Parts: sequence; C-alpha cells; structure tokens
Amino acid sequence: MAREEIGKSEAAPASSLETGYERLGFWARIADNDVTYSFLRSPLVMAAAGITVTFILAAVFAPLVAPFDPFDPTQISLWDGKLPPAWVQGSNPAYFLGTDDQGRDLFSTILYGGRISLLVGFAAVFLSMALGIGLGVAAGYLGGWFDAFVMRLADVQLTIPGILTAILINGIARSVLPIELRDELAIYVVILAIGFSDWPQFARVTRAAALVEAEKEYIQAARVIGLRPFIIIVRHILPNVLRPALVLATIGLALAIIAEATLSFLGQGVPPTTPSLGTLIRIGNDYLFSGLWWITLFPALALVTLVLAVNLLGDWLRDALNPKLR
Amino acid sequence: MSLLDIKNLQVDFPTRRGVFTAVREVTLSVEPGEILGCVGESGAGKSTIGNAVIGLLEPPGRMAEGEIDLRGERIDNLPYEAVRRIRGRKIGMIFQDPLTSLNPLQTIERQLVETITTHLPMSEAEARQKSIDLLDRVGIPDPEIRIQQYPHQFSGGMRQRVVIALALCADPEVIIADEPTTALDVSIQAQILDLVRELCRERQVGMIIITHDMGVIADITDRVAVMYRGKVVETGPTAKILGDPDHPYTKSLISAVPRPDVRLKRFPLVEYIESAGDARKALDISTHWLGQARDFSKMDGPLIRLKDLNMRFVTKNAILPKNRVYLDAVKDVSFDIEQGEVFGLVGESGSGKSTVARMIAGLYKPTGGAIHFAGGELTAIASEREKDIYRRQMQMIFQDPYSSLNPRMRVLDIVAEPIRFHGLAEDKAHTEEIVLDLLEHVGLGAAAAIKYPHEFSGGQRQRISIARALATRPRFLICDEPTSALDVSIQAQILNLLKDLQEELGLTMLFISHDLPVIRQMCDRVGVMRNGMLCEIAETEDLFENPQHPYSQHLLELMPRLEVLSQEGLEVEADHPTGAA
Amino acid sequence: MLSFIARRVLQAFVVMAVVSLVSFSLFNFVGDPVNNMVGQEASREDRLQIREELGLNDPIVIQFARFLGNAVQGEFGLSYRIRRPVSELIAERIPATLELVFVSALVALGLGIPFGVYTGIKRGTFASSTVLTVSLVGVSLPTFIIGIGLIYLFAVYLGWLPSSGRRGVEEIGWWRTSFLSIDGWRSIILPALTLSLFQVTMILRLVRAEMLEVMRTDYIKFARARGLSEQKINYGVALRNTLVPVITIVGLNVGGLIAFSVITETVFQWPGTGLMFIQAVDFVDIPIMAAYLCFVALIFVLINLVVDILYFVIDPRLRLSGGR
Repeated sequence: MAREEIGKSEAAPASSLETGYERLGFWARIADNDVTYSFLRSPLVMAAAGITVTFILAAVFAPLVAPFDPFDPTQISLWDGKLPPAWVQGSNPAYFLGTDDQGRDLFSTILYGGRISLLVGFAAVFLSMALGIGLGVAAGYLGGWFDAFVMRLADVQLTIPGILTAILINGIARSVLPIELRDELAIYVVILAIGFSDWPQFARVTRAAALVEAEKEYIQAARVIGLRPFIIIVRHILPNVLRPALVLATIGLALAIIAEATLSFLGQGVPPTTPSLGTLIRIGNDYLFSGLWWITLFPALALVTLVLAVNLLGDWLRDALNPKLR
Repeated sequence: MSLLDIKNLQVDFPTRRGVFTAVREVTLSVEPGEILGCVGESGAGKSTIGNAVIGLLEPPGRMAEGEIDLRGERIDNLPYEAVRRIRGRKIGMIFQDPLTSLNPLQTIERQLVETITTHLPMSEAEARQKSIDLLDRVGIPDPEIRIQQYPHQFSGGMRQRVVIALALCADPEVIIADEPTTALDVSIQAQILDLVRELCRERQVGMIIITHDMGVIADITDRVAVMYRGKVVETGPTAKILGDPDHPYTKSLISAVPRPDVRLKRFPLVEYIESAGDARKALDISTHWLGQARDFSKMDGPLIRLKDLNMRFVTKNAILPKNRVYLDAVKDVSFDIEQGEVFGLVGESGSGKSTVARMIAGLYKPTGGAIHFAGGELTAIASEREKDIYRRQMQMIFQDPYSSLNPRMRVLDIVAEPIRFHGLAEDKAHTEEIVLDLLEHVGLGAAAAIKYPHEFSGGQRQRISIARALATRPRFLICDEPTSALDVSIQAQILNLLKDLQEELGLTMLFISHDLPVIRQMCDRVGVMRNGMLCEIAETEDLFENPQHPYSQHLLELMPRLEVLSQEGLEVEADHPTGAA
Repeated sequence: MLSFIARRVLQAFVVMAVVSLVSFSLFNFVGDPVNNMVGQEASREDRLQIREELGLNDPIVIQFARFLGNAVQGEFGLSYRIRRPVSELIAERIPATLELVFVSALVALGLGIPFGVYTGIKRGTFASSTVLTVSLVGVSLPTFIIGIGLIYLFAVYLGWLPSSGRRGVEEIGWWRTSFLSIDGWRSIILPALTLSLFQVTMILRLVRAEMLEVMRTDYIKFARARGLSEQKINYGVALRNTLVPVITIVGLNVGGLIAFSVITETVFQWPGTGLMFIQAVDFVDIPIMAAYLCFVALIFVLINLVVDILYFVIDPRLRLSGGR
C-alpha cells in the first residue's frame, strides 16, 4: 500500500536510473583509469606484460607450439643426445636450441618445463593467498584469541624461512608417500609445500589492512545496521583489502616460480621424466664443465626472463596502486 | 614597500588532464607586527600561498606568474641555497599538526640548537641558552629540564609551543602559520592564539595566518584576505570584512557561520557555494514510506534512559590484574532523552562524548550501568535477533564522510543494505524505489544511486550517510560530530537538512559536537562532558545565557564571540531574545 | 626496559618450544624410528627391546619432555645414515656455514644500505633508476643460477678462483676457519657473493622504500621550512628515522641468508650445515633434519632479540616509556 503511494508521487523513479546519468561505458572507464594510464606510459612494463602473456600462452598451448613431445619416448633417441644449438658446428637443424643428455629437444622441453613452472607458481600462490587472506582478514576483524593464535602461528612459521619450510614439507611428504606414487604426485606435493610456506606473508598484510579498515566508520555503520561479522568480513572488509594482497600475489608468483625451480634444482621437486626448468638446469649443471653450456643456459634464460617480467609487473603494480606515490 | 609583498601570484599544478591552477592573481602584503588572515574553504588555495612564499610547493607545483618580495628584494627566483638560508632565518613556518611536525628521535634541544646554529653565528652554548629563554617565553615550564626531552614527552598544546619556538628561534621577520590551532582543543587553541599575537607584536614580526576558522580570524587578525577558488575576492581590515562584507561570496560565507550568540531558525540559503544538487523534496510523514508500518510501541516517558553508564578501557595490558592500567572513558553518566527532543553532548576531545554514543549504538559494550531504549533494556539483551528490533529503530551518522561509506559499493547498495537486512521492502524493485526516493529527500537526486562514493564531495557523502541512516525508518538518530569534517557552508546545508528531517519525521536525536555554536543551533537540551563525567545538563538557551558549572563557564568564555559578524539576512528563532548583539 | 626484554625472551622460548614440537613430531610420525635404526633384518625381539630402550613405549608427553631436555643440551641422537651423534656432525659443520653467512651479511649490508639510501634520496635521477632496474634483475635471479653463472665465469672460463669446496682451512681449537689463509679467502669469495647478491637487492629496495616513506612525513617538511641543510635533513633526520624499520628488515634478511645457504652450499659443495641438511632430506635422516630445524629457529630467535634491543638504543619513545 505504501508502495502505490510512492509510485504516484514519483515520476517513474526506475527510469531515472538509465536516463538520468550520463555515464562512461565500461571500457571507456578502464581506458580513463590512472592505473591504465601509468601502464600505457611505461614501455618497460608493457614489454613485461607482453612477455608474461607470451609465456602463459606458450605454456597453455605447448603441445601445439612445440616441435617435439619430450614426454613421448618414441620421439626421443639417445643418438640425438647432447647436440648443440643450430648455429654451432655439429648440430642438427631440427633441434634449434640443441638437445639435452637424453636427446630431448631443448626448445620443446623448455616449453613444457615452463608449463610446469607456471602451473606450480599459480597454484601455489593461489593456495597461499586463499589461506593467508582468509586467516588474515578474520584475524584482523575478529581480534582476540583467534587473532593471537593465527599471528603467533605465522610468527613461528616465519622463523623458518619459506624455502626451508618448502624443502621440509616436500621432503617429508615424499617420504610418507608410497614409492610408486611419488613421481606421479610430485607436482602436487611441490604445490602444497610452496603454498603452505608462503601464507604468513599474505596473512600479515591482509590482517594489517583489515585492522585499518575495521577502524573505519563504514564498518561501524554496518554494525549499527546489525550486520553479522561474517557478512561484514565478506562484503565490506574483503573487497577493501584485496589491493595489497594482489600486489603481494604478483611478487609471490615470481617467488613461487623461483621456489619451484630451486626445489627441482636441489633434486627435491618434479622428477627428471617430466622436467621443469629447474630440473633442466640441474641436468645441465652436471655437463657444464664438459662444455655443454646450452643445456643450462637456455632454461636459465627462460626462467630469469619469466621471473623478471613478473617482478616488473609486480613492482609497477605496487607503485600504481599506491595513491601516495602519485 | 611592505615587509612581504606577494604580487600577482599564480601557481600551477600540471596533471595529465591538463594544468590545474591552484592560485591565480593573488596580491597580498604584510607589514611588521601585523597579522594578516587568509581565510577560505578547502580547495580555495590558501595553503598553496604559504608554501609558495617559503619555496616548498609540493611537486609538480610551480610558480607560473608573479613575484614575492621580502623587504623589496625578490626572493622567488633565487637559487636553492639562497632560498634555504631565508627559510627559518627570514621566514618561519608553523604547520597544523604538532604531533607530526617534530622529529621523534631527537631531543627538543638538538632540534632548536641545530636550527639556530644553521642560521646565526652562535656557539652551541649560546644557542642552547637562547633556546631555553625561548622555551620559557613560549610558556613551557622548567625549560632547562624539558629541553632535554623528546617530542613524545610533550602534550599536543605543549608541542605546538615547541613548534612555535622552532619557527621563531632564528629571529625571522615573517611567520606563516598554516592552520596552527586546528588540531588543538578549544581551551588550548585560545592560549596558543594569545601567545602568537603577543609574540608577533613584541618582536614586530609580520604574520600570515591561514585558516578556515572565522573564530580565529575574528580573534587575532588585523586584516583579512578572503579566498575563493584560488582567487582573493576581498581584502580589508578584519572588522570591515566580517561586519560589512562587499563580495557576495564573503556574505554567504559569513551567513553560514554558526552563531554563538543567537539561535537561528535555520541557516539562510547559501548561494555562491557548491550547489547542493537538486533541491530536496520535503516529505509528509503521514503518507510517506518512512512513516508507514512504524511498528514502534506507543510509550510514555523518555525514549532513552541512561543509568550510571560506565566504560573502562584497558590501556596497558598485563597478566596480573593489579599491573593493568585502565582508562575510565565514561564514568557514571545518567541522562534521559525525551521523545522528539534533540539532546546535545558537548565537550573537548577525550571527554567521552563519542564513547557514550557508541555504547548506545551498541558498538561498545558498557562495563557498567544500563541503557533503556523504547521500553527495552538494551544492556540486558543477549540475542542478536532481539537486538535487531531495537537496532532498526536507532541509526547513527558519523563524523568522517570519507571513511563512513564503503568505497567499493554503489550508493544504491549502500543505502539499500539496511532495507535488505531488516527486510523492510517487498522485493528488489521496491527496495530500489525506496532508495531513489530517499536520495531525493536528502537533496541528492535519484541519479546518485549508480555512482560510487568517490564521485561525491564531502557534503554529498554526508547526505548519503543520512539517507542510509533513514533507510531503517528509525525513530532515534545519533549524530556524532556530523559536520566537523566539513567546510562552514556545507556544514550549514547539512545542519539545515538535519533540522528539516527532524521536524518532518519527528525524530529524536542525540547530537554530539565539540563546537558550542553548532550545539546552540541544533539542540533543545545539552549535557556538558569532561573527563568522562557529565558536569551539567541544561536547556540549551539557559546554558548559553547562564551556565552553572565552572567548566561550562570556562568553555563558554573560550568560545569566540564573533560579535563583529554581519547579521545580514538572518532569521532569529522567535521565542528567544537575541543575545549580545 | 627489563620487562620488555623479559617479555621478548619469553616469546622466544614459546617459539622455540613450538619448533621443538614440530621436530619432535618428525621423529614420531615420519617413518618408524626403530626401522630407521636397525634395518630390515633385525628380529622382532630386538625391535621390541630397542623400542623399550629408546623409551618409545612411554606416554607421548614424557617422550616430548625427554626430547626437550636432550635438545636443550644439543642432543638429537644418532644420524640414521652416518651413525654418528648429530651434535658432533653439526658442531663440525657450523663454522663453515657461519663464516659464509658472516661474509655474505657484510657484503649485503655494505652494498644494500648505501645504495638504498642513495636511491631514496636521489629520487628519479638516471643513476638511481639504473640501480633500481639492475636490482630488479637481482631479485629475479634465483640463487642457484647466480652460483652457476659465477662458477662458469670465474672458475671455468677465467680460472681465477676455485669452483667448489672449502680449502685452506686452519684450526683454532675446534673451530675450523677459512679466514686465516689466502686459499681460504679465495674459496669463500664465490659462495659468499652468490649468497649475498639476492639479499643486496632485497635490502636495497626495502631501505629505499622506507626512505621514501620518511621523506613524506611532516617533520621532514618542517625541517626544510626551518632551512636546515639537505645534508642534515637526509642523514641527520631521515636516515635515523629510517633505521628502526631497516633494522627489522636486516634482521630478517640475515636470517634469510641461513636459509639460502642451503642452496649455495649445494651449488658450491660447501661443507656446511645446509649441505648436510639437503643430504639428510634426501635420505630422510630425521635426527639431522630435526636438529637443523631447531638450529635455524634458534639463530632467528637470537637475531630477533638483538633487533629488539637495538630498537631501544635508537628510539627514545621505547626507551623512555619502558616498552609497549
């Protein structure tokens, strides 16, 4: 009944939503954004974004792009092992970047290896982000014993540097698994190990941000309305603490890729049958003194380029999202 | 030739969307021993002038036009080293916030001596003696002892005295004070202003005071320059500008200043300033949604009754209870608020007035005492569901319009959230209808609904906050310093809006402010708080005309009288006699 | 002040207790300790007897208490693989790791802090943006790749320095040092450089960020407005205020050196605790893993204590209020 009366006194309020306000389209808004502006102004950052996207595409479409399948034993022959890159004497032009000790085409193996590096990187960061943000936001808003518990846990874990934790978790998990499953599950173990080793960073950052937000008056307004803590956390606090977490996630991706490579290099990561970039470098390192420099150099270059590009993006994102620096 | 001449100053800030001119065609001058006030609202460019004079424009800002002369010699085009030698030596500067202006890791002594020896040919010992004398002069007791202390060992007011001593220590000829008392409480503000005036006369220093506060201007300046959108619209002797302004902007600005001496019906409509958006639509409670289904139980007696309310915070935790340090933010506070009444709480920072509001709103749980509201005892209810019934009848408006709205939500969702939560609308379309209607009633227009908070100014955001508070159909509204973050002209608009809504909806209100003139304009009865305790409760007019408690008398004495202000176009509340004017 | 430090020491103990609990659970939940000790061919009776001797039949709380008691004395039992007391093995290898970390820390701080301050003050100049870009490359280089690169360049290609191992070791009591001979220095240069490079760039970037933060504060603006010289503002006011957060960073990073020494020691076959740890992980040599975990945690906790005490020296707000 109240509704009808309002309907009469209002000049069709619903229509004013569409007509009353001249509004930029979605894409125009993006284009007008300060972050977009600083992106378009920096060629280095654009190049980094290009490289990262190229790596991701190459990883996703590796089976289509790669000339050989390094996991298919029928395509590998030891006779073709240790061939140098195409521009060096004694090479086979079919293998552009040469072959490794097993006779796998290095270029194809790098493509497939990058696939593993990125998969582990993204999955591990996602894991630690979900864990860290969830615990951090809840700790920051709820406070009390929950906050104390989560943060002390984070403190203790930070006492042991991330890479050590990863080695430890990884090592233990492998020893617990039955031997026949070890190689099969290795990649998941690595993801878990790296993901669990990095959550305290996310928890700390989001907790700090959540503490700042929780003090703000819009949270108090939500409490005065009567909203329950869970809704306040999800609807009000979470969207406002994602920015710092996003910056951290970019840097975290670079660190996770390095961590995976390091584990594999130490022989603790994925098995040599499905080599990641770190595994290739490890193999190459054994032949470095005998002059087979390419087995190390090319995977290393690929790894460093990828990590550098991601780091450049993270660095730029941190500055671009920080209003104080503008 | 004056002591300091600013001629035709223009300051540009190049941005990617073109050049923003913060200040243009500004011509000002200061004589020795004179205090020039520079008044204007935020964004008027008043601080930019001070920074330009001392050569500390924030990059990428730059002087595009004009010149600055000190005793006839041009100083704005000097090389960096020469400018540096002028800073502190010839021109001193005082900033707003004394808590952040001092280096926390050095003693006061080091900071003073370092500044003096940088500019004057003195030995460390001589500089130290001079520093002690100066601290004594700015009113710091036991200067020999206190000079060895660190900034954090001084209170806010004392720190501002130290800042003044630092600005004066190399005997400058000009002082620029940028909002020097804004961060301080009224009683300390009065002392600091007195000190500044004395020092200025005694040392024949020329001073520019940059402020938004008409009280400060009326209190100590000799001449005033009124700024609006980067330009000086009017300059002249203080009495002339405040009492008989020529420019329409000055007129409307002065008419928006809350009067300490009379109670107005409402503020005269302020033209010339940021438009309030669409004119707001008056509403009729008997037919409007806000009046429908008001399932409030009819009741007699006061709507709210506080009984011996206490709030004690732990400021330093310890395992043993005897080692804990407590702060009694609120001590044994009791008062009633009648239905339909506007009750004011006034006091300085730390007096506990906001804590009382937060306890009533349920943000803090009192450590003692009882809150009765609309027939229920809030402090005795444990179930969230049951609390919701009362929450719906009670809403709150906050101080800071920049943090009281979730930046990631559209205005539509912000205002609709309480409606959805309490299930006050039939469906989605109905909710939307109510929100759009509410936005029109707070003077924003329905188009605001699909924008985000950052697209609005402070005053407009405060209107959104009000719309959100109204969306639960409340009968009781808590306003915690709702206008203290706003410019005077915007404050006048918001206060008018609150007055209108209170009348139309028959709302009961708790109005909290540190600003006595605002309290006089808004409230029927007032409680004066100090250190967590209630000193006095009185009818507003009685309090202002005849305060009983010594602390109330003290506060009223410190209040700037503003008798010189022009009374043009004011409607004085009929049933009260005009005050001193 | 005393109560503040006492509280920190207490916290340190709690952290150590939790880490010990983790090490203890390693023993109990990863594999069968008896199996690890006697091998497959031992008889059932033998096993039961060993179980009894080792106290594995006691309640778990008592076992943990015994573990703690032993751990405090540095006693972690026998290595499963090498069959020697873990305490002995670690004591043998600690000097190598600590000397490596020490040299790396000097390099990291000596380069990282000055460059960080420089890029923080000279914002936007060509030199500082070059340093920053180079440092970003530094952050992106995994430690093992730096190591391989340095070995290839200085040991294989130029042949100036040894490619691996720790040579020229002299003994002072039980401490075996490589600081007393030219050979020793020659063999520590490459690993130390490898270990420090990542930290140099990390410290540099963090110091710069802190410096920029301080440069934005009101007291810097007020110091400018008083006409203090740039020299005094940069080094007297800004740098000192940067120190408090920087010390935390440095503390954490020195701890980080220990962690990354695992990788460096593997690349250079440097006979330190890190190399021992990696080999232990390969063979699931639990006593060594547990002991190493406690060792690393202990070093971290000690560094954090030192950092807390340094705060007092620098920040009068803490010193005078007796701590938060």
